[in-house]
Amino acid sequence: MKIIVCIKQVPESTEVKLDPKTYTLDRGSAKGIINPFDVNAIEEAIRITEKLENVETIALSMGPPTAEDALKEALTYGLDAAYLLSDKAFAGADTLATAYTLAKAVEKIGNCDLILCGKQAIDGDTAQVGPGLAENLNITSVTNVKKIDFLDETTLRVESELEDGYKVIELKLPALITVTKEINIPRIPNFKTARLALKKQIIKWTAQDLDNVDVSRIGVDGSPTNVIKVETPQITKDTIFLKGTPSEVAIDLIEKLKERHII
Amino acid sequence: MSLKTIKEKCTGCGLCYESCPNDAIDFDENDLPFFNDKCTLCGICIDQCPQGALVLEKEAKSITIDLSDYKGVWIFVEQNEKNIPKVVFELLGAGKQLALQLNVELAAILIGDAIKDLSASLFQYGADKVYFIEDERLKDYRTIPYTDILEYLVNKYKPEIILFGATKQGRDLAPRLATRLKTGLTADCTGLDIEEGNLVQTRPAYGGNIIATIKTQRNRPQMASVRPKVFKIPELDPTKEGHLIEEKFVLQETDKWTKVIEIIREAKKTANLEDAQIIVSGGRGLGKPENFKLIEEFANSLNACVGASRVVVDAGWIPHYHQVGQTGKTVQPKVYIACGISGAIQHLIGMKSSDFIIAINKDPEAPIFKVADIGIVGDLFKIIPEIIKKLSN
Repeated sequence: MKIIVCIKQVPESTEVKLDPKTYTLDRGSAKGIINPFDVNAIEEAIRITEKLENVETIALSMGPPTAEDALKEALTYGLDAAYLLSDKAFAGADTLATAYTLAKAVEKIGNCDLILCGKQAIDGDTAQVGPGLAENLNITSVTNVKKIDFLDETTLRVESELEDGYKVIELKLPALITVTKEINIPRIPNFKTARLALKKQIIKWTAQDLDNVDVSRIGVDGSPTNVIKVETPQITKDTIFLKGTPSEVAIDLIEKLKERHII
Repeated sequence: MSLKTIKEKCTGCGLCYESCPNDAIDFDENDLPFFNDKCTLCGICIDQCPQGALVLEKEAKSITIDLSDYKGVWIFVEQNEKNIPKVVFELLGAGKQLALQLNVELAAILIGDAIKDLSASLFQYGADKVYFIEDERLKDYRTIPYTDILEYLVNKYKPEIILFGATKQGRDLAPRLATRLKTGLTADCTGLDIEEGNLVQTRPAYGGNIIATIKTQRNRPQMASVRPKVFKIPELDPTKEGHLIEEKFVLQETDKWTKVIEIIREAKKTANLEDAQIIVSGGRGLGKPENFKLIEEFANSLNACVGASRVVVDAGWIPHYHQVGQTGKTVQPKVYIACGISGAIQHLIGMKSSDFIIAINKDPEAPIFKVADIGIVGDLFKIIPEIIKKLSN
């Protein structure tokens, strides 16, 4: 069985500091990380290799050359191989063009049974590339999955989250599944897998390395959506600071809550 | 498309460099910014430039379809066991506004098993037409048959706009359909408008740090999923009726169809947080897991729900469903009380839209105070017990 895990390198916004004057991102402390939900997808792929025989796991990413770092990190979890799609021709791709490009890479890798993705990336937050990739490949897809069980080699039973519960779904491979944080707790890569990863090469593909690519469907040209404007919302709050002893502060606070009819 | 610096306007202030989340800006020998391979053309720097010295140059792209063939605004009606979620009525309100601006009809697409009767409420909330398809195999939502049906209807009637609720179901279906139709889809929109016949979509990205305005000018239909609880439910007109049209489509079941074995509705602790009127959240400032009891006690005294920051969830102090923030829940209570939470941006993203924010932290420089209406600088272990004591009196 061949499993492809799609990953995206995203800014580590959790550690990004805010500029106290302009309230914008201070990039100084930001470095690229693997999108957190994609780490759960990697972990799930590794868990499948521990349950089933003959499972090959591959990481796939599209992004700038620096996305190689994310793939190197992905390999430290014990994945077998990693592919990076990087080309100026891919830049500015929206979710439609990205899904198409990834599909061309999946086809080129060939014979893939299962694709795992994080439920969404924390920068764009669209959750659209996974289902779009499945559509391009003409395979089934289930999103927001928190549990995967193999009933047999080609049949899965999964739990897909809902707003108020979850659905138990059976599906046949080949399929694409997007996973949530609940599906597992990712391990810390161990010394052995991390050392093995050092020996592995990241395979780099440009648009020309892919087969039968329609250039009008990649990058900016293949993207029907256009970002017209980007604004940074300003938060300007006049914070009232309560001062005094804990008892005085407590009295003031309760007063404020009463004013707003909270209590 | 590429980013360019207008040399005459650039003052070399470096704000673009500061704003870039991708580390994609370098400077040449004349101190002019240029964009390296890491640039994803996200456009954040353009907005940051006070001189307007950065521009996104776009080659004129050709339009290959006749846009005027596409008319009308559609909304997709999600239904779960014949219950229509509120967001559908919000979509009817938002869709009606767009339809009025475009002077076209608003239609609702209803798919399921024996769901015809649900159309009455769709008309009463503003739909001019309801297209429906019934089949017992459509009882529960499934990606492939629903996509097949919508593709058929779109190709038959050619709407210019289709809106979906940005729910789990809507965000599963919409990207599948948009990819099949090879058209643009904008996720989780918080604003919709019409400009020169095009849909103008606004949405937060980079975890709410930027607001992007997006158009799909060359393709039809223009598709968007719309964030719940942003648009108001329109007023119900009990006398309003509309045109109910039954559609037929031959469903071809294949291996790609999933089987829905069971749907489990949980009276969950998770939703409580998202629907909560008051939330009391705890963070690293609590020091150790046992101290979360103080937060629970505080929450109980206000009849509030308990929230938490990512660090304490990752550390295993409290289960993930309590997490507020970018990889947790987005909440909007009447009152949000952050205790010992410094306010990492990923946390702020999840709670900064709360009506009234109270922050208790010992560090006066903590970023949480930037979004707080009330700030208390001090020792939460002294202050919170006082509040609880006074509340109980």
